[in-house]
Amino acid sequence: MENKIDEVVADVKYTAKDFSSGLEVKWCPGCGDYSILAQVQRQSPDFGEKKENIVWISGIGCSSRFPYYMNSYGFHTIHGRAAAIATGVKLANQKLQVWVATGDGDMLSIGGNHFIHACRKNVNLKIVMFNNRIYGLTKGQYSPTSEKGKITKSSPYGTVDWPFNAIKVATGSGATFVARTLDRDPKHLQDMISRAAKHNGLAFIEVYQNCPIFNDGAFFPLTEKETKPDNVVYLEHGKPLVFGVNKEKGIMLDGLNPVIIDLNDGKHSINDCFVHDEFDENPTRVFLLARFTDLPGFPTPIGVFRQFNKATYDGDYALQIANVKAQKGIGTYEKLMYSSNTWEVN
Amino acid sequence: MAQETEKVIQDIDEVTIRFAGDSGDGMQLTGSQFTDTTAVVGNDLSTLPDFPAEIRAPAGSLSGVSGFQLHFSNSDIQTPGDSPDVLVAMNPAALKVNLRDLKDNATIIVNTNSFELKNLKLAKFDSNPLEDGSLSKYNLIPVPLTQLTMSALEDLPLSMKEKEKCKNFFALGIMYWMYNRPIEVTLKWLEGKFKKKPEIMEANKRVLQAGYNYGDTTEIFTTRYDVKPAKLPKGVYRNVSGNEAAALGFITASLKSGLPLFLGSYPITPASEILQELSKYKDYGVTTFQAEDEISGICSAIGAAFAGSIGLTSTSGPGLSLKTEALGLAVMTELPLVVIDVQRGGPSTGLPTKTEQADLLQAMFGRHGEAPLAVICASSPADCFFMAIEAVRIALKFMTPVILLSDGYLAFGSEPLKIPKLEELPEINIKFRTGVEGFYPYLRDENLVRPWAIPGTPGLEHRIGGLEKKDIYGSISYEPENHEIMIDKRRKKIDNIKNIIPELVVEGEQEGELLVLSWGSTYGSIKEAMRNVKAKGYKASHAHLRYINPFPKNLAEVLGKFKKVLLPELNTGQMAFLIKSQFMVDVIQLNKYQGQPFKISEIENKIIEVLGGNNGK
Repeated sequence: MENKIDEVVADVKYTAKDFSSGLEVKWCPGCGDYSILAQVQRQSPDFGEKKENIVWISGIGCSSRFPYYMNSYGFHTIHGRAAAIATGVKLANQKLQVWVATGDGDMLSIGGNHFIHACRKNVNLKIVMFNNRIYGLTKGQYSPTSEKGKITKSSPYGTVDWPFNAIKVATGSGATFVARTLDRDPKHLQDMISRAAKHNGLAFIEVYQNCPIFNDGAFFPLTEKETKPDNVVYLEHGKPLVFGVNKEKGIMLDGLNPVIIDLNDGKHSINDCFVHDEFDENPTRVFLLARFTDLPGFPTPIGVFRQFNKATYDGDYALQIANVKAQKGIGTYEKLMYSSNTWEVN
Repeated sequence: MAQETEKVIQDIDEVTIRFAGDSGDGMQLTGSQFTDTTAVVGNDLSTLPDFPAEIRAPAGSLSGVSGFQLHFSNSDIQTPGDSPDVLVAMNPAALKVNLRDLKDNATIIVNTNSFELKNLKLAKFDSNPLEDGSLSKYNLIPVPLTQLTMSALEDLPLSMKEKEKCKNFFALGIMYWMYNRPIEVTLKWLEGKFKKKPEIMEANKRVLQAGYNYGDTTEIFTTRYDVKPAKLPKGVYRNVSGNEAAALGFITASLKSGLPLFLGSYPITPASEILQELSKYKDYGVTTFQAEDEISGICSAIGAAFAGSIGLTSTSGPGLSLKTEALGLAVMTELPLVVIDVQRGGPSTGLPTKTEQADLLQAMFGRHGEAPLAVICASSPADCFFMAIEAVRIALKFMTPVILLSDGYLAFGSEPLKIPKLEELPEINIKFRTGVEGFYPYLRDENLVRPWAIPGTPGLEHRIGGLEKKDIYGSISYEPENHEIMIDKRRKKIDNIKNIIPELVVEGEQEGELLVLSWGSTYGSIKEAMRNVKAKGYKASHAHLRYINPFPKNLAEVLGKFKKVLLPELNTGQMAFLIKSQFMVDVIQLNKYQGQPFKISEIENKIIEVLGGNNGK
């Protein structure tokens, strides 16, 4: 008992610095990844986890260098497989808080299968997907989130692919915490990280991230002071969807279609606006919001699209093991080998 | 019906029976029931199921024939037998497909009710073989199995289809009578199996008993046979298939090491039973993660190994191909990992339910870059138990991936396993690194093994990954000399495994004219062939490899002691390739790639041919 109290007293209060591995960070100057790293390090002391119980797992790509810079346990794996490896880590030791750092190519292209199934199973992982809509590490080919018609090194005449909307993929696959944030909005990014850390179940955060070399300014309309108010709508639970420099625009539902309304036109008021409910388990609301990015003139929703609690894969697995052990008793070698028909030769 | 007649009981040493029918006739079940009973009687036995990849091929067709062969004896045996003494054929197609394998004077029990025009046509018989005299060299026993089954169940409230489905148990009953086996083991099994369907249980019980009585009372059966219990080494035995034995071995390794077992796996023939078996053992803390694909199967196991579990993945050829990249990651990060590859006929989808030893070179070399890992193989269904433990022992002790090669023949075949005492099995003492002082992720011990420091250990936070590591420190390094140092160390570490594995044992003369060198599932056929040639006065020795990478320390020495080396294997010469290139030894090859194991006679004839006139002297 006394020991336990000592332990609590002895608990170190971490600072952001404690989570820096000290390794020289080698992203390009101006890369949005720096901000993500800084915000994660800043928030890590508040996760309520001991440093040794935090694991960062990544795949391949610029984003996937992330674990090397974190002073936690880390595993830089192979292209697309981070979610699968992270699932093994979490199942093997439930006490660990398992994070995945990944990119749009890593998670939505080569790793798509692992991603949708981790979401479906609601494995207790926190996935932070750095979306720069380009392949950076291989120097500038289009990615599964590149907008249609994009001219890149591998699409000199423009892409003919339709892009993935990560929020829709995650929601459609069953993720129980789905959020989007911006590399250039540190406070919001911190908030999303903290909330994901607290979520019990699969948390997915899409971070719009600038690649200054191969896709510079892709998100500037959303991140720069002059354009941001008209192009971003912040999702806050229980609050109406309003945007614009003076919050003069709102979003109203006309049947299942969103329409932009002018709150100063004398015909509409704030009461007409669609009110965000992030705890609604019905995914329809999320799809409705996620579609804004496909609609001309609509702002991009930033924030938590949905979060709710549902039994986790790892939690239920542990429960099943505990139940079977309680029912059958803990397995022994004798039970194992003599359970079937046996015979003795004398 | 017939009068009570006095039946003769004749003692015989061994017999080989094959049950054959449509893939929906329950032949695998009939065979495994006969096997379980035979095991309990105390015979030595060996079984070989042979079934099509289609779950229900068109009824009555030649491609839909499913077979189960069982060889049992009053002495030590190693194979399911070359040629059956008895064939139970449920329909014309089953007769047609299996006829060519039978001994000349074999007994054939046929279900006469199925020999009607439609089925005869499907089986491509021009005339009814039961009537045209073409089976005269066999001891043909025609039994109206369907009809007898239906009459036995006349008063039961079951559908015609349900009743008809019981006919395999009539055949089983006859065989129990014929070979003087008790029916109780099967009765007990039925009680467990159909607890919730009492009328089906009753029907099967009744039909089984009716079949038994039919043998007893009908005049067409004049002789019963008795195969006395085998004089096997003292101990308690159970019958195991290779897949079942492997699963038991992995759990035993978990018990021995005190580490939890984690299986990440995707269903694939012929390896799925390992996943199914292990999923039963939650009371042993076994985690079975049925992954979304083969890649996730191995990747989740690598993740579990990183976190301190025994990481295991089970697969067959196509799956092994998919796991290749992740295997390289496990080599690079030097994490313990076991891959059991239950080989099947390839390439591509190949022959999913048939056996082959053609993944050897893939296991050895099938990765990009210099990526050595340990490769071992099992030699019999029961040996899968021991080699599963070995795979875990090597993986944990050397922080390396280990590929354990099994194959379809071992996976589905079965034989008695003498249950070892837990303390007779090798110790697996593994300690995680906990000390912070002097910790470096790639600081190696005397065997060149790096420490296993698992997440959750305070003060040892570190990063690993697929990029080349700096020697000792484990940080990323692109330095030219460092890469060479690391490649050498990873290779030497695998070489060092030879210090903890047993030397190769030569059975027979320790030097001489001919060494038969073998590996994997060919062990049984070769061992029996060796026995036969010895009995005929030929001199030859046999050495069987269970460790392939690295090879046992004394292999070069053993090879040097014989003038000729004969290497039978179920591929076009993959082990021969390894032996020739590593030891510069000329090897005489005997290769078979028909999806079937070697017959004893095929090996025997080759040995005699190689020895020529001089009889090994």
